[in-house]
Amino acid sequence: MDWELVRTSLGPIVRGAVLGTIPLTLASFALGLALALAVALMRLSHIRVVSGLARAYISVIRGTPLLVQLFVIFYGLPSVGLTISPWPSAIIAFSMNVGGYGAEIIRAAILSVPKGQWEAAHMVGMPRALALRRIILPQAARVSVPPLSNTFISLVKDTSLASLILVTELFREAQQIAAVSQEFMVLYVEAAAVYWVVCLFLSTAQSLLERRLDRYVAH
Amino acid sequence: MSPTEPGVGAPLLAVHGLRKSFGDNEVLRGIDLEVRRGQVVALVGPSGSGKTTVLRSLNSLEIPDGGGITVGDDLVVDFDRPVGKRQLNLLRDRSAMVFQHYNLFPHMTVLQNVIEGPVHVRKQPKADAVAEAERLLQRVGLADKRDAYPFQLSGGQQQRVGIVRALAMRPQVLLFDEPTSALDPELVGDVLAVIKELSDEGWTMVIVTHELAFAREVADEVVFMDQGLVVERGAPEVVLGSPQHDRTRQFVRRLQQRF
Repeated sequence: MDWELVRTSLGPIVRGAVLGTIPLTLASFALGLALALAVALMRLSHIRVVSGLARAYISVIRGTPLLVQLFVIFYGLPSVGLTISPWPSAIIAFSMNVGGYGAEIIRAAILSVPKGQWEAAHMVGMPRALALRRIILPQAARVSVPPLSNTFISLVKDTSLASLILVTELFREAQQIAAVSQEFMVLYVEAAAVYWVVCLFLSTAQSLLERRLDRYVAH
Repeated sequence: MSPTEPGVGAPLLAVHGLRKSFGDNEVLRGIDLEVRRGQVVALVGPSGSGKTTVLRSLNSLEIPDGGGITVGDDLVVDFDRPVGKRQLNLLRDRSAMVFQHYNLFPHMTVLQNVIEGPVHVRKQPKADAVAEAERLLQRVGLADKRDAYPFQLSGGQQQRVGIVRALAMRPQVLLFDEPTSALDPELVGDVLAVIKELSDEGWTMVIVTHELAFAREVADEVVFMDQGLVVERGAPEVVLGSPQHDRTRQFVRRLQQRF
């Protein structure tokens, strides 16, 4: 085991995580969640065209590989005259992906809130949008934290695909050092270890959030 | 509002020929109902008789297919014509509902539950809404529970919060949908006592209930419904004591056999 190589490579790899993987994940997840909420609400709409559009979107996102989506945006779109640089391409692809998977989670969470909550909200005079915001979504949030955390943790690891469209992130740093040193085992295990640490940290954050959201239910 | 105020006894709420179907199931087949100011009307009848649907229609939680609802002398909603959202909201604003399963907002404290409508819908100043909520909670004996979450309360306490939440909307009519049927027997009394007090204060109320003894004590009029129609109506001691119709007699007998 080449500990000297581990020591010298750890800096660039962690930098790749801090400057690449983590901001890419956060930006994509934030945009993706907003998209997911919009798609979930469209999917729940009584207007058939609207819910149909949402259904089609979810179907395409879930039915095609993320890597292919990424390549269509970065390598495909330039041939129809739309060139997007690596970072925005990655954020677009990842947030659209989160939007598709997250929409189904949020839709299920909204449907899990008892109908009586809508009725009580209407009874105190709330129109649909206000009832959703003040009464339904806060309760749906509690239900959706565990599955959304899954999506979030998957996303952390999926951002390694961005290395294939030239985004400098954790895995690309590891690849570049490996290519020079030819120490593939050391570098890739090291990269895996850094991903794992990031995900451990996220799992802890998830538990804290769940505990906070659970304060109003019986234990 | 108290029974000695002028206007007591004037018609406040009128329902004409109300009809409603769910698919092929015709749940209301032309219901007429009149409630005078300060009056307590109990709707009784077997399950599936449509009594809850009538009550929910009064709060715009169901939209009837036909017929009409009049509240006061200024609001007429005619369901034989297309009814807009605005009309449904105006109708809803006149009444407030107490639900069978309380339906308190679980993510809010007792106080937040009560002031939610006044503050976020009616735009009352928060301090006023809080003062009003505290006064009302005090009256139902729950002043010390203002910062508790619903899951920390018994069913009877939750239902009393449900009543306070409805009162805080300052409705013209209070609607109760089987307010005690989800409660443990020993908790029923507290809730009924609160409803009795409200009736003594002169609140106008429509109560769907299976508690015939309570209906007898608190109601000015009992309306017996079966299969989407009003079968019999009148003073409680008549409808429940010596009913004129077979179906009413059967119903009353069956409920009494429980004891």
